[in-house]
Amino acid sequence: MALVEVRGLTKTYQRDAQVIPVLENLDLDIEKGEFMALMGPSGSGKSTLLNLLAGLDHPTSGSIRVEGQEVSGMSSRQLATWRSRHVGFIFQRYNLLPVLTAFQNVELPLLLTSLSKKERRDHVHTSLNVVGLADRVDHYPRQLSGGQEQRVGIARAIVSDPTLILADEPTGDLDAVAGDEILTLLERLNSEFGKTIVMVTHDPRAADRSHRIMHLEKGVLTR
Amino acid sequence: MKFARLVWANLRRNKRRTILTTLSVAVALFLFATLRSVLTTLAGAAEVGSETRLITTNTISIVFPLPQSYYERLRAMEGVEAVSWANWFGGVYRDPQDFFASFAVDSDTYWPIYPEIEVPPEQLRAYMGERTAAIVGPELMKRYGWKVGDRVSLRGTIYPGDWPFTIRGVYRATTKYIDEASFMFHWDYLYEKSDRQADVGWYILQLSDPALAPAVAKRIDDTFRNSSASTETATERAFQASFITMWGNVGFFLNAIGLAVFFAILLVAANTMMMAARERTTEHAVLKALGYGDRLLFGIVMAEAAIVTLLGGLIGVLAARLLFSAATPFDSWMPGFSVTWPTIGLGLAIALVIGLMAGLIPALQAARLPVVQALRRVA
Ligand SMILES: Nc1ncnc2c1ncn2[C@@H]1O[C@H](COP(=O)(O)OP(=O)(O)OP(=O)(O)O)[C@@H](O)[C@H]1O
Ligand SMILES: [Mg+2]
Repeated sequence: MALVEVRGLTKTYQRDAQVIPVLENLDLDIEKGEFMALMGPSGSGKSTLLNLLAGLDHPTSGSIRVEGQEVSGMSSRQLATWRSRHVGFIFQRYNLLPVLTAFQNVELPLLLTSLSKKERRDHVHTSLNVVGLADRVDHYPRQLSGGQEQRVGIARAIVSDPTLILADEPTGDLDAVAGDEILTLLERLNSEFGKTIVMVTHDPRAADRSHRIMHLEKGVLTR
Repeated sequence: MKFARLVWANLRRNKRRTILTTLSVAVALFLFATLRSVLTTLAGAAEVGSETRLITTNTISIVFPLPQSYYERLRAMEGVEAVSWANWFGGVYRDPQDFFASFAVDSDTYWPIYPEIEVPPEQLRAYMGERTAAIVGPELMKRYGWKVGDRVSLRGTIYPGDWPFTIRGVYRATTKYIDEASFMFHWDYLYEKSDRQADVGWYILQLSDPALAPAVAKRIDDTFRNSSASTETATERAFQASFITMWGNVGFFLNAIGLAVFFAILLVAANTMMMAARERTTEHAVLKALGYGDRLLFGIVMAEAAIVTLLGGLIGVLAARLLFSAATPFDSWMPGFSVTWPTIGLGLAIALVIGLMAGLIPALQAARLPVVQALRRVA
């Protein structure tokens, strides 16, 4: 059984009387430990698919199973809890909280767990070590470069050891060098720590770093 | 509690805005505590009036006199232990704006009926033996720098002319609701110097048992119903309260101001909270993406609003308490004026309500925020 099983997934948006189909009857399996890239033209529904996998949105029909658990039928409240345990999300714009330090930003997901203060601190330091920012724990986002901010974003995504890491154009706002560092980091998370990663990207060079590239076009997935 | 740091960080985000909001709540609650204390002090004064003393006045109004002949008839009433009388003098010392209470009392009977007004025995003896002697409150002594033995002259407003007095004693009030800025002297002096124009302003009756008050009061008023001057008799407490009903509209007025301040400050606080929350729409969406539930986010936004208004409220009411517990000119204007603990409690409750109301809309918005749409707006 695959880690993620998507079956007959359909998502349509309704704008006034107009129905906009985005994803149509989509099937997809993601194996544990896989590093998958998702490509496709703008507006093809990549972010929509990623958001559905992350449990941020409800599908119109079809099912998503993660570790055998049906995600598509959960209530918003159940989804929030599920997300906190199973999903690490990496944003294109990093989306760190500007009023919190790197440490505090990374700690945010752990506040939802029952970990003690000391356990939380250990986890946060481990994560920041992995992304190479052990010396930046007390820095605020405005004191960090874009690449460093994204690495804090990655530390935040991995700190609760989630089942799935989902990244929506993680290098989209970075220059080639910083983007490359981020891709190397994602590769390491996959090879060294066995993380399952789905990454949306427009950049073919970034996609080449993954194991599998899927193309989404007109609501249909192809290899 | 682990989320406290998040709330705290948000409060520090825009320090100037947080401080200004806190201060505006503080000013409003200071005003509230002050207005409220005017009312509680008035009500308190009404409550300490004795239940075992009756006051008999002319039915028409307290400014209309009663005949002296009533004295013996009142004394003869069943249940009445002692009777005294007094009259309003309304004298002015130098500046008419600088008001204080001055009245003439029947010295033989007045002091025994008012044990709460203490005069040192040797001073009282000196007073009793001198026609123009006066007994004065400590507040007034301080205000004008008077000393016992000083000669002072008041100008009469009701009984014209200059009225020379010699201060022979200083009283002390043993309850805080008795004015410590009164000026009292012999009724006989008033009567003689006014060419017998001055009569009795009001009678004070000491009862043997407070339970008799309603019956005795009714019997008195029935007795004098068809006399030259009909009477109105009530317990001292009720009498004080009737003075305060003149303030009744003041109470309404103060409440209206308080309500207006409440809504003004609610709008200020609500506006700040909405602005603060709107700036953070993306951050709220991110927290939700991380798994923060709707209720938790609601609580975080609410806590922020409540902390600001509670802190402001605390500053405001405590400032009022401290300011008015120190000796101020306010004290002589209204004896016993102070901000009570119930007023402080009420003020804090109001501050909390303002916070919760101000935080409600932004907190609901945060809780209901659709994550995907909110992230799309910026991502
Ligand atoms: N709330 C919505 N209401 C209506 N249409 C929507 C809504 N959200 C997304 N869409 C539409 O769904 C389609 C897919 O959007 P999506 O963001 O998934 O595309 P994408 O592949 O991520 O594009 P990009 O590469 O530009 O990020 C678009 O045509 C978009 O206009
Ligand atoms: Mg997209």
